[in-house]
Amino acid sequence: MVTVPTPTGTPTARGSGRTAERRTAAASPAGEPRRPGRASGGAAAARRETIAGYGFLAPWLVGFFGLTVGPMAVSLYLAFTRYDIFTPPEWVGFGNFVRMFTDDPVFLRSAQVTLEYVLIGTPVKLAAALAIALLLNSITRGSGFFRSAFYTPSLIGASVSVAIVWRAMFAGDGAVDSSLQILGIDLGGWVGDVDLAIPMMIILVVWQFGAPMVIFLAGLKQVPTELYEAAQVDGAGPVHRFWKVTVPMLSPVIFFNLLLETIHAFQVFGSAFIISNGSGAPGGRLNFITLYMYKRGFADMQMGYAAAIAWVVLVVVAIIAAIMFRTARSWVYYAGDNR
Amino acid sequence: MTTVEHVQPGHGTAEITARDAPPARRRGRRRGLATTIVWYLMLLVLAAIVLYPLVWLFFATLKPSSEFGRNSGLLPWEPTLDNYARVWDGIAGIPLWRYGLNSLIVASLAVVGTLASSALAGYAFARVSFKGSGILFAAMIGTLLLPFHVIIIPQYIIFNQLDLLDTYVPLLIGKFLGTEAFFVFLMVQFIRNIPRELDEAARIDGAGHPRIFWSIVVPLLRPALVTGGIFSFIWTWNDFLGPLIYLTSPENYTLPIALRLYNDTTSTSDYGATVAASLLSLIPVLLFFLIFQRMLIRGVATQGLKG
Repeated sequence: MVTVPTPTGTPTARGSGRTAERRTAAASPAGEPRRPGRASGGAAAARRETIAGYGFLAPWLVGFFGLTVGPMAVSLYLAFTRYDIFTPPEWVGFGNFVRMFTDDPVFLRSAQVTLEYVLIGTPVKLAAALAIALLLNSITRGSGFFRSAFYTPSLIGASVSVAIVWRAMFAGDGAVDSSLQILGIDLGGWVGDVDLAIPMMIILVVWQFGAPMVIFLAGLKQVPTELYEAAQVDGAGPVHRFWKVTVPMLSPVIFFNLLLETIHAFQVFGSAFIISNGSGAPGGRLNFITLYMYKRGFADMQMGYAAAIAWVVLVVVAIIAAIMFRTARSWVYYAGDNR
Repeated sequence: MTTVEHVQPGHGTAEITARDAPPARRRGRRRGLATTIVWYLMLLVLAAIVLYPLVWLFFATLKPSSEFGRNSGLLPWEPTLDNYARVWDGIAGIPLWRYGLNSLIVASLAVVGTLASSALAGYAFARVSFKGSGILFAAMIGTLLLPFHVIIIPQYIIFNQLDLLDTYVPLLIGKFLGTEAFFVFLMVQFIRNIPRELDEAARIDGAGHPRIFWSIVVPLLRPALVTGGIFSFIWTWNDFLGPLIYLTSPENYTLPIALRLYNDTTSTSDYGATVAASLLSLIPVLLFFLIFQRMLIRGVATQGLKG
């Protein structure tokens, strides 16, 4: 993942002057050049390091295996069963998946609205974030104020309070509807409208452009000024400079934001739940996949079916992420030394 | 706050580069006054749009019940504090402060757990060399990308079998076990920026990893702990799905779930109380943000960029 993931940055606890307990053989996943270490401390020191490492990592390891890997395995098993939590799971093979794709129009609609929301909402959100980051990056005064103002929705956007506000503002004769009426546009309420429910949710997610914007801003600050100057000398206009300098130099950050925001968008739940009063209405247009899974699992107690839905989500997310990583090779540009 | 940061090594990329940014850039790209004015106008309009829902919410809480559905304007015709008075009486026979207290307890414990577990894990990944650290680090980053769907159902089943439904344990145990990779990653990034020379000096004095962690890294980690703590608090405070699944009796409800009660019972059309409660539940988040905005924003910035 982009600039981020160089594991463990530095290979070892840097050798102490005294005992030289650094292992040269230590896995050094990061780009940092390994220094020719003195391997005299040898096995005992390495063992001490390992004990210390796992000691520090113990809580995380328990959580990782007990609350992530273990449950993943359980849900994979449950996906092939019928399970209502009161009676033991009953193996049904691929039954859940067959039902999902051949006999459950509600699921298919849910998948469709989720994809619509993710595939439109995320790019629009990132485009807004980048555009506004560029705007902010080119002013000299007051950028701190605007940055904070724009970031605020990212902190509260997923809260129930904001969902309540959204529902009220987008209701018939609410703030949005009446403002549009002044402009001569009469759309009526958005909340109960089959065509406008998803746009309303997309506006909600785009409203939270502040978090990726802040990341873009930090990235923009790292673009060497010389590049722009050189481009300008060569007669490149602003549009050209944007596409030939800004975008390539920002591409790792764009990739990072795209990946995280896409995955994040798949998890939309609370706002859709509140706005539709838990129903996913109108016409299933707010019945995003997480909400549908919740209803199947926790309202209908079809835990096996819900687990199967969860795994479909995981596979779809993995495919999208894989496509992104694949195509990243052709458009994500890493400066020579990525540190 | 700022003075401390300047003394301390290794904070976020954004800050460093912001200071290093050559002034030449600004002079070099001089624009006309008109352009500048247009850009500020655009930003101001944008800020007004972005903040409008919050302003709307504030004024909505001051509208008397009779105006809901009739007054679609921003300002109330006859401002009143009645809504706040009613919201104070609470819902489901439980006063609002009780939900707030529940939220406060859960969020505070979440902060403690998250910081402790992620600082420990962060130190292991950033400073200790052990077999398997590379692959475990990759796995940790992997959980950053994992959609939560695949784990909530089995987790529910487990906590159900352990008879822990309607307690705060399911909401908190993951925090104490560092399952939120964002925080572990935040700590890793920060600890990597602490100069190694400090460790080495301590090591010469005979300190082992626990000593180095506690006496050197933790004190220097304070900015990251503050940033992480605030994020942890806000996210837990806002969390909806967890409490929705696990909490069943109203006296245990956290604010978001209690708000849902208001929202559901709007058939009784106490709309005023709903919006008032909504605003009240946002206030801690907004306050934290106002006080700590610089640190929070820097935390976000470093998350995306290698520190």
